[in-house]
Amino acid sequence: MNRLGVGSAIVLLLAAIYFFVPLAMTVAFSLWEGGSRYGLASYHVLLHRAELGSALVLSIELAVATAAALVVLLLPAMIFMNLYAPRLRPAFEFIASLPFVVPAIALVAGLTALFTGPDWLVGSPFYLVIPYFFLALPYAYRALDVGIRALDLTTLTEAGQSLGASLWQIIGLVVLPNLRSALIGSLLLTLAVIIGEFTFANVLLFDTFAVIMNQIGQHEATEAAALSVMAFLLTWAAMAGVLIVGRGRAQVGGAR
Amino acid sequence: MSGVGSRADNTPLLTPAAARLRPAFGRVLPWLCIGAFFAFAAAFMLAPTIMLAIQSVMDDGAFTLDFISSLGEYRYRVAFENSLVLSVASATVGVLAGAPIAHAVIKPGAPRWLRSAVTSFSAVAANFAGVPLAFAFISTLGSLGLLTRLLKQAGIDIYALGFSLYSITGLTLTYSYFQVPLMVIIVTPAFEALRPSWREAAESMGASSWQYWRMVGLPVLAPSLLSGWILLFGSAFSAYATAYALTSGNIGLVTTEISNVLSGNVMASPQTGAALSVGMIVVMVAVLAVSAGLAQRAARWMPHR
Repeated sequence: MNRLGVGSAIVLLLAAIYFFVPLAMTVAFSLWEGGSRYGLASYHVLLHRAELGSALVLSIELAVATAAALVVLLLPAMIFMNLYAPRLRPAFEFIASLPFVVPAIALVAGLTALFTGPDWLVGSPFYLVIPYFFLALPYAYRALDVGIRALDLTTLTEAGQSLGASLWQIIGLVVLPNLRSALIGSLLLTLAVIIGEFTFANVLLFDTFAVIMNQIGQHEATEAAALSVMAFLLTWAAMAGVLIVGRGRAQVGGAR
Repeated sequence: MSGVGSRADNTPLLTPAAARLRPAFGRVLPWLCIGAFFAFAAAFMLAPTIMLAIQSVMDDGAFTLDFISSLGEYRYRVAFENSLVLSVASATVGVLAGAPIAHAVIKPGAPRWLRSAVTSFSAVAANFAGVPLAFAFISTLGSLGLLTRLLKQAGIDIYALGFSLYSITGLTLTYSYFQVPLMVIIVTPAFEALRPSWREAAESMGASSWQYWRMVGLPVLAPSLLSGWILLFGSAFSAYATAYALTSGNIGLVTTEISNVLSGNVMASPQTGAALSVGMIVVMVAVLAVSAGLAQRAARWMPHR
């Protein structure tokens, strides 16, 4: 530690206290069964709450649908923009930065003002995929942009064409495999963010994981702590995946 | 580019076979994909934003500034003040704590395991926000939280001393849990870019550590620290889930006021919600504009990189 310096050691020690005390306290609180008894009762109760399970399934479905929307709508547009229309880059940058300027709660206010129907769209929980796409857009764009710029797409395409490959073959066999780590990283992050997303779902009245989590936690203190521990482990698992495919490069995103 | 001959005109090099494989559909498809993305963004991102702007100044088809001026009412003024104080405070804590942490792990003397441990934990903590974060802090420092009770047993009643988790101070403490790691992640690359030779050069000319940081280190880091602060400000200003789960809307923030209007919890017209939203967008644009101006001024005397 002496090579670290006293000042830095103190900084890291204080940070460690600030970051680990709430985690330890939350774990301990989740195991509390009243008095001086400790056990797994609150976790047991949670596992038998049917509404929590179905909400988690819905959130996972929404996360997968959002990831699919990114792959179908954003990825091809970005590849083709880089290939054929690099002049449109400022427009892409503008759109990708809009969700930062227009907060989630403002976007949901705008969406409710503009779209009151049709019911098959705004009445279905999968309506959430639209705002979730824009929630994921800034960091998905950033990750893919870094990945695509590292590729020299023009040379790769010309090389492929001179070997007689079609556009599909070039994209499927050359471009996508090279973008794999950028793509998987941002999709994992999307999964983590969407599973915990609360703002849009709460205002639009859909029972997603975070909404049900809030309903349960407002009444049951130890179950709230248990849910918090489970959410932390979920985030940890998703981030471990992001760090592994991103070779140690951390990513952040989402609404808080 | 060597080996493909002179390519001044930049047209794709196609073998006859490949040229035949690119029918009209192949030429239209790229523009379809780009157009679909633009159309989607226009319909569901731009149009709702423009709709907010229109809604906030229209009443029954007539132009009015009533809703914009209603933002001056006590309730909404407090909400904007609270949101601004909370965002500035938690972003500043994020920078003041995040930058030294990043510096401590980047130091040449720091062990490698420490660095990867801090990076991984930052990635988790920065994404651990919203409802579960609020519950973790309620379990710890809520009025019945474990730490609160432990401190009380030790003779320190923090709630009697004036602390409350359900206040701006409590919210700042909670927000810091994602703000600090966010800053660590943002600013680590900037610390990596500080060359050890600059420090050695400063030291060989007799500069103290303080002089090195004031004249070399901080000016080089300033643009990254500034853009990091802006990002943290935005993440706190637009945060809703954490505050909602923590205070059940008892502390007026702009985000919780908008959601109260949208879910009909208060007697307020949708236009008031739109005006509040427009107010948030204006604050974000203003903060970005100021930071762009500052970054430009910083760039003027920055060495070319």
